Amino acid sequence: MIIRRRAALLGLATSWVMGSSALALAATSPAGHADDPRLVVIILRGALDGMAAVTPYGDPDLATCRQALVLPEPGAQDGLLDLGGFYGLHPALQNMHDLYAAGQLLPIHAVAGHYRSRSHFEAQDYLESGADERMDSGWLNRAVSCLPQRNAGPDGYGLAMGLTVPLLLRGPASVGSYAPAGAHHPDPELYRQIVALNADDPVTGPALRDALQARGFSDAVMEGDRASITAPHKGGKPDPFMVLSAAAGRMLADRKGPRIAALEIGGWDTHARQVARLGHPLTQLDRGVAALRDSLGPAWSHTVVLAMTEFGRTVRINGTGGTDHGTGTVAFVAGGPVAGGRVMATWPGLRPTQLFENRDLAPTTDLRTVAAGLLCDHLGLAEREMATVFPGATPAPLHGLLRRA
Amino acid sequence: MQSVETMNRFGWGVRGNETTRDLPRDWLARQIREPDAARFTNVGTTADGLIALHTQRMNKVQGDPLVKPIFLAEVTAQMNNLLVTPQPFRERLAWFWFNHFTVSLRQGGTRGIIGAYMREAIRPHVTGRFVDMLNAVMQHPAMLMYLDNASSIGPDSPAGRKGHRGLNENLARECLELHTLSPRGGYTQADVTAFAAILTGWGVDMKSDHPGFTFRANAHEPGEKVLMGRRFAEGQEGGLQALHFLGTHPATYRHIATRMVTHFIADTPDEQDIMHINRVLHDTDGDLAEAALALSTLAGATSGAGKFRSPMDYATAVMRALSMGDTPSRPDDPHSPAYMLFTGFATLGQPLWTAPLPNGWGDRAADWVAPADMLARTDWSWRMAAYQGSGDPLDIAHAVLGPALRQPTMTAMQRAGSRQDALALLFSSPEFQRR
Repeated sequence: MIIRRRAALLGLATSWVMGSSALALAATSPAGHADDPRLVVIILRGALDGMAAVTPYGDPDLATCRQALVLPEPGAQDGLLDLGGFYGLHPALQNMHDLYAAGQLLPIHAVAGHYRSRSHFEAQDYLESGADERMDSGWLNRAVSCLPQRNAGPDGYGLAMGLTVPLLLRGPASVGSYAPAGAHHPDPELYRQIVALNADDPVTGPALRDALQARGFSDAVMEGDRASITAPHKGGKPDPFMVLSAAAGRMLADRKGPRIAALEIGGWDTHARQVARLGHPLTQLDRGVAALRDSLGPAWSHTVVLAMTEFGRTVRINGTGGTDHGTGTVAFVAGGPVAGGRVMATWPGLRPTQLFENRDLAPTTDLRTVAAGLLCDHLGLAEREMATVFPGATPAPLHGLLRRA
Repeated sequence: MQSVETMNRFGWGVRGNETTRDLPRDWLARQIREPDAARFTNVGTTADGLIALHTQRMNKVQGDPLVKPIFLAEVTAQMNNLLVTPQPFRERLAWFWFNHFTVSLRQGGTRGIIGAYMREAIRPHVTGRFVDMLNAVMQHPAMLMYLDNASSIGPDSPAGRKGHRGLNENLARECLELHTLSPRGGYTQADVTAFAAILTGWGVDMKSDHPGFTFRANAHEPGEKVLMGRRFAEGQEGGLQALHFLGTHPATYRHIATRMVTHFIADTPDEQDIMHINRVLHDTDGDLAEAALALSTLAGATSGAGKFRSPMDYATAVMRALSMGDTPSRPDDPHSPAYMLFTGFATLGQPLWTAPLPNGWGDRAADWVAPADMLARTDWSWRMAAYQGSGDPLDIAHAVLGPALRQPTMTAMQRAGSRQDALALLFSSPEFQRR
């Protein structure tokens, strides 16, 4: 990995990108303290189906909506991992289930942002800017700028290598930028779509197909079979998101390191063959969270992780074994200080009249109130500062996400 | 003809933030009729480059400390221009003619002057007469060094008799074969030898205060020479006459007409199209502006899927689609758009000014569709797409492809989970691979 210093090109955050995942870091104090609070935000780009990640298996209407998408109940083979009798965690999230058992994981269900767009790009912009209108800076960056002056010197953290910083961390606060050279590739799923897009072209079609075969993708991958879930990572090659997460954890654990990091991970846009395709990104997320915990070491007890996505997916299965863009979904809060071991939700129900616009899980919690709760109760921002962090309809912080110290 | 199609086929790809209200033909004509708008800042002359090169050699300096900054400044200025030029058609002509008269960094030690070669010998003549460009090229130190003419010595010249050295036919042969007549012109080995003798003495003075082209009379082969049945007098004047003869020869017009049609219209050019451009060149004494404009009137200019983009075309089109390069780059910034474009060419298999052979880079799809290279395009454009922090990818797709944008591409983009993925799909679509 190459790390070098330069004037920030793309704003002032630290970013570190590998594969479909990326890491950005912000805010550090030269005179840091071992038990400074740490915050990690993971953006799940592409819209996670919250009902697949945290399945309300106790809801009597679940099967009517999406029988083919629902995994066996807890206890059955390959079944859900129980979260207290009504909800079950996707079996790919084993590490996160362990955190739940340790009281360090808090899924929050039926959340949504403050917007009702079903466009990925628009929704991600709103999710990250945290404002009622599109802005050039993100709420996490503005939160950093509200932190006491002990953070970031005048030229910031200043590490940079080019690739991009998510909007979430762009803005006035001084932070730097990482990226390892080379080694960035799109997801297998994107390759598959590209091969499909070129299939009928006499020039590019055969060339792309041959190239991917040479790179070790089987025909089955290109046909979109279940094999695509694991094919490109065979041979025990470490998953890029896990590598990034571990690196983030080590840097956050450092006494003089950053205190805030943002990571992103794609692959959630499961319009087709959802059951087969969701395992891969969920496994990545699960391993990433575990890697964060392990590499943070003792600092895990001062760390909160928020994993959020731009919107959920339709409650009903679509015609291709997948789900389309929806509204309500799940968010995860994890970490040493988290008051976990329970699912926080005002469950809206799944009967047609209970769905948002008769298609989506109705949102009952504003995602911004979750973020605000963490900024105030964990990082110690004042409630009045929420007007700066989330301009427009300023959210009231959701309290009770953390254990009382 | 649709504007976007014209801007792609004859330019370097539409910028995502660009619109034109010109009719296609006006858009093309304006660029040809108006002066070259390119402004290259912080670049040196050929003399500057030769001084740097000579100083390094004389002092046996390690590590290229004088030439490298000249080269990087040149790369930055020329890459910036490719990204933001207001005259993409003129710019495509400049690179087309550079490739016709290829100088490559692979041999000849021209790193310090290759950019100046393009600016001094090629650009001024892109809308002038072919024979004038030929003259400028053949007297430029970069070409004389690249194809060894600077060390070619007439065997019976004073220098030849003293040092027992002789002809180097390299430049003479390539000039006949690639730059002018082509093998269809019917020259023989005797003509190659004669032309090489004619060009003896055309060399580079590295030591003067103003280094550059020089005619070394003491290396020039004495006597009259016969090239293609014509007599050319001894001395530099004989060489100029030979270049005039070659640069206005019907076989030359036919050859460059073929190359122009191949570059702009089709991998397998239509005979009628070649004949048309050939006639324009013939009727205008080799006026390259008229020939360039005539290209747009060919039937092939409006039909079919267009030309497959070379790596250089492709990388430039991607960065232009992303509207990169709006603010000029500094030569010392490896993260600047200019530098990313420069490294992009190499990543995709066509490193800048580094053609393998004097015939330049290939101009047909078959030259560029190696599987690994195609995948390299996808990977590279996906990384570039990460820089697009705002806007709707579909707006960019419509802007840069116009009516060529296909429904399957739009559908795939609409379903993409991120802006970056949507743009990567655009850049990996079959229609974006063509201009």
